[in-house]
Amino acid sequence: MEIKGEYKIAAPRDKVFAALNDQAVLQACIPGCETLEKLSDTEMTAKVRLRIGPVSAAFSGKVTLSDIDPPNGYRISGEGQGGVAGFAKGGAVVKLTEDGGDTLLTYDVDAQVGGKIAQVGARLIAGTAKKLADQFFGKFAESVGAPPPTPVA
Amino acid sequence: MTAETGIGARVRRKEDKRFLTGTGRYVDDLPLARATYAYFLRSPHAHAKIKKIDTTAAKAMPGVVEIFTGKDTADAKMGGLICGWVVKDKHGEPHKAPAHPVMALDTVRYVGDTVAMVIANSIDEAKDAAEAIKVDYEVKPANVDLARALDKGVAEVHPEAPGNLIYDWEIGVKADVDAAFAKAAHVTKLDLVNNRLIPNAMEPRAAAAEYDKGTGNYTLWSTSQNPHVLRLILSAFVLGIPEHKLRVVAPDVGGGFGSKIFCYNEETMVCWAASRVGRPIKWTAERSESFMTDAHGRDHVTHAELAIDKDGKFLALKVETIANMGAYLSTFSTAVPTYLYATLLAGQYTTPLIYANVKAAVTHTAPVDAYRGAGRPEATFVIETIVSKAATELKMDTADLRRKNFIPSTAFPYQTPVALQYDSGNYPPIIDEAIEIADYKGFEARRAEAKSRGKLRGIGFSSYIEACGLAPSQVVGSLGAGVGQWESAQIKFNPTGNVQVMTGAHSHGQGHETTFAQLVHDKLGVPMDQIEVVHGDTATTPFGMGTYGSRSLAVGGSAIMKATDKIIAKGKKVAAHLMEADVADVEFENGTFKVAGTDKSVPLGQVVFSAYVPHNYPHADTEPGMDENAFYDPANFVYPAGTQICEVEIDPDTGVVEVVAHTAVDDFGNIINPMIVEGQVHGGIVQGVGQALLEAAVYDKGTGQLISGSYMDYTMPRADNVPSFKLGYKVTPCPHNPLGVKGCGEAGAIAAPAAVMNAVHDALAPLGVKHVEMPATSLNVWQSIQGAHRAAAE
Repeated sequence: MEIKGEYKIAAPRDKVFAALNDQAVLQACIPGCETLEKLSDTEMTAKVRLRIGPVSAAFSGKVTLSDIDPPNGYRISGEGQGGVAGFAKGGAVVKLTEDGGDTLLTYDVDAQVGGKIAQVGARLIAGTAKKLADQFFGKFAESVGAPPPTPVA
Repeated sequence: MTAETGIGARVRRKEDKRFLTGTGRYVDDLPLARATYAYFLRSPHAHAKIKKIDTTAAKAMPGVVEIFTGKDTADAKMGGLICGWVVKDKHGEPHKAPAHPVMALDTVRYVGDTVAMVIANSIDEAKDAAEAIKVDYEVKPANVDLARALDKGVAEVHPEAPGNLIYDWEIGVKADVDAAFAKAAHVTKLDLVNNRLIPNAMEPRAAAAEYDKGTGNYTLWSTSQNPHVLRLILSAFVLGIPEHKLRVVAPDVGGGFGSKIFCYNEETMVCWAASRVGRPIKWTAERSESFMTDAHGRDHVTHAELAIDKDGKFLALKVETIANMGAYLSTFSTAVPTYLYATLLAGQYTTPLIYANVKAAVTHTAPVDAYRGAGRPEATFVIETIVSKAATELKMDTADLRRKNFIPSTAFPYQTPVALQYDSGNYPPIIDEAIEIADYKGFEARRAEAKSRGKLRGIGFSSYIEACGLAPSQVVGSLGAGVGQWESAQIKFNPTGNVQVMTGAHSHGQGHETTFAQLVHDKLGVPMDQIEVVHGDTATTPFGMGTYGSRSLAVGGSAIMKATDKIIAKGKKVAAHLMEADVADVEFENGTFKVAGTDKSVPLGQVVFSAYVPHNYPHADTEPGMDENAFYDPANFVYPAGTQICEVEIDPDTGVVEVVAHTAVDDFGNIINPMIVEGQVHGGIVQGVGQALLEAAVYDKGTGQLISGSYMDYTMPRADNVPSFKLGYKVTPCPHNPLGVKGCGEAGAIAAPAAVMNAVHDALAPLGVKHVEMPATSLNVWQSIQGAHRAAAE
């Protein structure tokens, strides 16, 4: 499953890219994020509480930044064990392009789940991933840009 | 005996009062003092290496009593779960038997494989602790697609089964069949998938166990269809608890359909752990666990070819099947696609030459084993689909083609080319009766009327044969079964004249408490309310093989009849003494012993009382008491047969299929309780309609995730999916059991899928649709219609 989206952020590209690498910003924007601890510039551990369909679970796992290409973008990926609920993993390729003084952020999300989450919520995953992606990037755009942006796609 | 309650009477089920008033007692209802609760942590991956399991934090959680992993079972030298039927491949080698550990050791092999058992003071505490167990998995590629499971390069499930092959088995002589095909006027070819099903018994599996430290005795309550067999497996192979120290009780059980025959790891662990923690343990599967871990059913990929001569006579049948075993070999898994499938491929027909090749494959999916019909629905589906397809290709009437090839009634006992010898049957009157009831003659008018409403109407036949009443011990033993398949009965009169009938069979919906009571009532004249049928407890019933394969009445009922004969024989001696007559002159009728040709008589109740209070008694040659045991081993399988006719209407715009009429005419031999038989047929047809139109267990082919794992995604048939059924009977009594009965429990599910799908194909034929796979969901049908439109446009 692949989910794409685009946000226009009222901030210059360098500022947007810096924010994408700011642990505090990420923690504030990742939906359900309870803790995010930095291990290195590209690795963090996270605890995230999510609800997928009828299953609610706390995932603990890693968040990794890769393919870092300042200020054009990177890939952010996460993999979490949700205990008896199963596991979830996924990531997003984020690209930043200049649009006058603003920045156009495009993302391309992939997600995979396993165990009970897949069993009872497989057909809800696409919708849930889309919603989570919108929550993340929406909040991100809001916290970085001003005034609040609107999704264009 | 009265006509209202004896053999052949529509007696209402004695057990229904408690079931309908919520007073049945199921495993989960057991009040066990100081009970703990078990929760099983399961693999979320289809295939992964377990690098590490850390239970430290979980063990410190509130309420946790103990946590066990595979390592604990290995340290305890626990045996693995067994497959009880050794199938020899075409080279005479026994099937590959990969290890089946009770809990995963270093590898998980399907989503749901058991990784850890958490025991806590409450189920919620057990679940919370399971959340805290850290398992480090190294995820590996999964082998999920059955059609490709035996291909080179596919991930292997077990090192003991190279290339995922469990056996490559065959029956029949291929060269002879090939020669017949070379001479055929017409060959019909068919590729099909027999869809994988999840049994979905109303009551999920459950187990509870208690260990008595003082005596060293274990008691295991389990949702088992065969408590004695479960005890035998646990004692002899898995846990090593001596049989006399292990009591297995299967109380009221809410449906099994085969899925509760097998010995599962959860009940094994619950029993074992009860002595380790020193407190009773209870476990009940959640519905999600049932979907993931109950043994699934069916799951074949098949290619078949039927050779036919210029007159429409079948010359030969050739079948190639890959059968899915799942990740581990369940208790009877190996027998299902061989001796319960390929041996049935003659159906009701005189096809003189049959060759079948079955390859059993392991995959990273839940184990697959017997499910209502077990092999016989798969065989019937192959035969009845290809026969209908042949009729279409030959432009022959589908009923006429069947009639032309039926085994004639004069040919019984009939030796098929695939090992079985049919004992009795008379097939033409069955199809004639079905045609009459279904008004086959009026079908074209109904089709035209439906067309005027924009609906596509189709009709489908399915003439099935079933070998059931499992089974003659000598025969199944020669085919690799690890047990005999006789049945036991004990008839124990109490001094006051009422009677307990102990059976080794087990009732989990079949109505034994009524049918078996009717037998004893009819034979001995004891009123129905004075008869108690006792089953499901190894401590109170004689060793028996349990209930599956439509065997309870044909085998268990026959054992009861033998025991009643012994009661009558002994009663005659006592009665002769009481009446001062010669035993040879004593007759027994309607519950009374009489001296022939006189008005002397003594009722059975008085004879029973004398046997327990033997003040005036033939002590010289007769022991006190009135309590007789019997064991019955059948001489052959029983062979129920029948024809079902289904009519469907399809909305070509939406693909929705509606079953608008369904007729079933069966030969079950003599019928003890028509009401119970009707219930069995109704339930069977509904399950067959479920397979044909609605149900499918779906694993993601890439990841092996079970994505049809809840009632949101796995569709069970409901009352509004089926019409009122029209039933009929023809009777050819079974010649080799004392009741003349065959079996009725599986027939509906065996015949219905082909009848429904043949009707679907008939309805869609005018659009050019050649084949629709089961389940014929609206999406599947709609896509088939679109595909046919595209093909026509090209």
